[in-house]
Amino acid sequence: MAAVNLSVNGQAKTVDADPDSPLLYALTEDFLLNGPKFGCGLAQCGSCTVLLDGEPVRSCTLPCSEAVGHEVTSIEGLGTVDQPHPLQQAFIDEQAVQCGYCLSGIMLYGKTFIDSNPNATEAEILRSLNGLICRCHTHVRMAKALMRYAEGRRA
Amino acid sequence: MSVRFTKPVAAAMTADAREALEKAGLSRRDFFQTAGALIVSFSAAGKLTGQTATVDPPVNRVDSWVAITADNQVKGYAGKCEFGQGFKTVQYQLFAEELGVAIESVQLTICDTAQCPDQGVSSGSQGHPTQFGPSALRQALATAREALLGMAAQRLGAASGDLAVENGEVFVKADPSKRVAYGALIGGKRFDLTINPNAVPKHPSEYTVLGTSVARYDIPEKATGQYEFIQNVRVPGMLHGKVVRPPAIGAKVVSVDEASVAGLPGNVKVVVKNDFVGVVADKEWQALQAAQELKVTWSTPAALPAQAGFYEYMRRQPTRDSYTVRTDDADTVMNGAARTVAATYLHPYQMHGSLASSCSVADIQGGSGANAKGTIWSATQGVYPQRDSVARVLEIPNTNLRVIYVEGSGCYGINGADTVSFDAALLSQKVGKPVRVQYTRADEMVAAENYGPAYVVDMKAGLDASGNIAAWSYEAWTLAKGGRPNANNPGNIVTGALAGFATAPIVPAAGATPTTFNNGGNSASPYGAGIVGGRAQGTGNIRAERVLVRTIQSPFFTGPLRSPARLQNTFANDSFIDEVAAAVRADPVEYRLRHLSDPRMKDVLTGAAEAYGWDARPSPKPGNARTGVVRGRGIAVVLYEGDNGYCGLVAEVEVDQTTGAVTVLRLVASQDSGPVSNPDGIRNQMEGGALQGMSRAMREEVRWNDQNVMSQDWRSYPVFQFGMPIPKVECVVIDRPDAEHMGAGECTITIAAAAIANAIFDATGARIREVPFTPARVLAALRART
Repeated sequence: MAAVNLSVNGQAKTVDADPDSPLLYALTEDFLLNGPKFGCGLAQCGSCTVLLDGEPVRSCTLPCSEAVGHEVTSIEGLGTVDQPHPLQQAFIDEQAVQCGYCLSGIMLYGKTFIDSNPNATEAEILRSLNGLICRCHTHVRMAKALMRYAEGRRA
Repeated sequence: MSVRFTKPVAAAMTADAREALEKAGLSRRDFFQTAGALIVSFSAAGKLTGQTATVDPPVNRVDSWVAITADNQVKGYAGKCEFGQGFKTVQYQLFAEELGVAIESVQLTICDTAQCPDQGVSSGSQGHPTQFGPSALRQALATAREALLGMAAQRLGAASGDLAVENGEVFVKADPSKRVAYGALIGGKRFDLTINPNAVPKHPSEYTVLGTSVARYDIPEKATGQYEFIQNVRVPGMLHGKVVRPPAIGAKVVSVDEASVAGLPGNVKVVVKNDFVGVVADKEWQALQAAQELKVTWSTPAALPAQAGFYEYMRRQPTRDSYTVRTDDADTVMNGAARTVAATYLHPYQMHGSLASSCSVADIQGGSGANAKGTIWSATQGVYPQRDSVARVLEIPNTNLRVIYVEGSGCYGINGADTVSFDAALLSQKVGKPVRVQYTRADEMVAAENYGPAYVVDMKAGLDASGNIAAWSYEAWTLAKGGRPNANNPGNIVTGALAGFATAPIVPAAGATPTTFNNGGNSASPYGAGIVGGRAQGTGNIRAERVLVRTIQSPFFTGPLRSPARLQNTFANDSFIDEVAAAVRADPVEYRLRHLSDPRMKDVLTGAAEAYGWDARPSPKPGNARTGVVRGRGIAVVLYEGDNGYCGLVAEVEVDQTTGAVTVLRLVASQDSGPVSNPDGIRNQMEGGALQGMSRAMREEVRWNDQNVMSQDWRSYPVFQFGMPIPKVECVVIDRPDAEHMGAGECTITIAAAAIANAIFDATGARIREVPFTPARVLAALRART
């Protein structure tokens, strides 16, 4: 165990953790976040996704020591129930959720790609989600929500 | 329609909420025993002791379902879970609609043994028919509303018939200034009424809240990461546990070397009970390390039956037989047929494969016996059956246990949610502190699931001279082991069995001619008349029918997986009707219509076909080349469970005849589940079900070797994922305000495999009879074309 300095959603905290332990455990046990979730622990499904300096990473396999000196953003860091981020509002407007356990991966990979490529086609946006799993298979609505967000970015 | 919902007291305890709970003087249970008590919306698990007589909220009492506070807020209680299908939102709508209150004034608590009526298990698409049925939520609310109107009539000096309700206030229609709020009539007091079977609920044609697309209450919190899943439950002083499962199915513990983890950080403790082995540590990562390091010596069990040749193995085992239909003339008509068609369909074991590995938190205090007590936070589909089965495992009176439902990821049936709750309870009992257990991916897929069982189905049809089906024979072999746990059967799931509880074996037995028609497994096809006891009860008109299900002992635990049995059977039944149609050169829709009698079944069939733009002609599609890429379309229908949701589905596919790759391009579904409670909600279920059904048909199969299941992650159990082409999905929702409410969440998934197989045949002339439709199997089917 060691003191690990992390900054998550703008909040700095020193946590007592094994530097090799995955970042996800610090996020859930020390920062008490609900957004990033343990799905597989193998970087296969994407439900643990957070942004590291704006780039999506799988927190279930990223050692927490590698997040030191970087800003971590989870879906909690985008917006709130009262003031949702336009991406979150798009998912609410399209009712693009069944259980919602997968949302961190779908939203953060989609956001990163669309923010850099606001004119991307639906096919291109969906390719940026390659490998992510939604086991409720809400793919149709999620695609619509991402397109709605992209339209807003273009406007 | 977007509304803000009132949150109930957090089911999962934050530190503050837990403290409040522990300090609570009166419980909701006390409310049922103490006249005139104040309403307290949560109970004190800490208060429950062996000496305190407690009662479960009686299902037939209005107070078990609804209470109204003095300030006109509605506290609702119900026993049907939300697991992403949107049914809690529908229950909110039902409260608002039936009582005539604003949906925002309703605070709904579901599935907590300390507060909610025992509604068994939330499964089988029974939520909708049950809550709108004659003895559950809607009837309780109708009784409450009639009682409130009666009180108001007295208070206002008017006849009940002259009154109306708006936003929780009763007023005189002729003089709306004369009004009284519900809270002023009943606030804080009990109704003290038994549910009145004669109370008249609102007719669906009068609905203003139900029947509209009220936005899901949970989506804003889910989209912003605020929603508390079972995986997010945090109890003060909580430790973390992990399980250590046998490396081979049937292996027993020989010895556990506790010294092997003695030097690890996190105050590691080892817990062993028979063949249940687990570890507990301060932090989750430490528990994971300890579970990996713990040295356990296991016995070497007998080898599993080989997966190669398993379907033939199934036919050779002793069977427990059950007939769904067995008419006296089944054999004679078949033998006298002008022509017969026969085919065999194969369906593998599949898994729920929930995206979250399952999780539970348990706080068991006082060991075992009459003075022990505890709380379990669980994503179980049945809090009461789980409470009673855990009580057996822990040897604690069931009334000393409280099970609180907290949503996990989509479960689609009995995933690991029950088993992991047993794990957490066993570990907590041993260490005397709250313990959270979340599985690894392999724990979930290999050693927690009750898989959906494999099927072998032999189909045969006897045709008359005009090509119509006169005799229908279905004979299936499937497997079972365990199932949902209850007080009598803790050994129905993995942990119960490991902890020493027996799993009832399949006892071979002959089948008898049935006396009642029960097509809950959809073994009987929609085209049969379903003649049992002299009465035709099916949706079709084939009178000579033999439908026989043979069950054998499964090497793996089995249990309900979204559309259990119905999905596998419908793959066989609705592929086969398509084969027969092709054999007589008939259009697949027209040929089905010929054999259907139920008008609602006909409507979903033609509804899907029309929405698709069906071109009537026999399959395969004329003019398609036998090489290269070709397209085709197929259709399938079902009446889910024989009485619980009509559905038709057209699939359009593209087949690459060089590689065997199949791409589903378009899915058009038509569904009739009676009155539509939430149009957008039912579409969400239809869309997700269609795609999950496609995933299961195209990709999913549990694999094993001679020792254990090898499908242990998303590489070895691939499902439909992002990056693959998403079909266009279209939904036709048929609203039937005058019909009974039916299930909605398992219809499209039931028919996806048959619709896709039929489309592959239409495109290529190759019939694929084994799920999943891998490129290798499609190529084999293409080579087998005549």
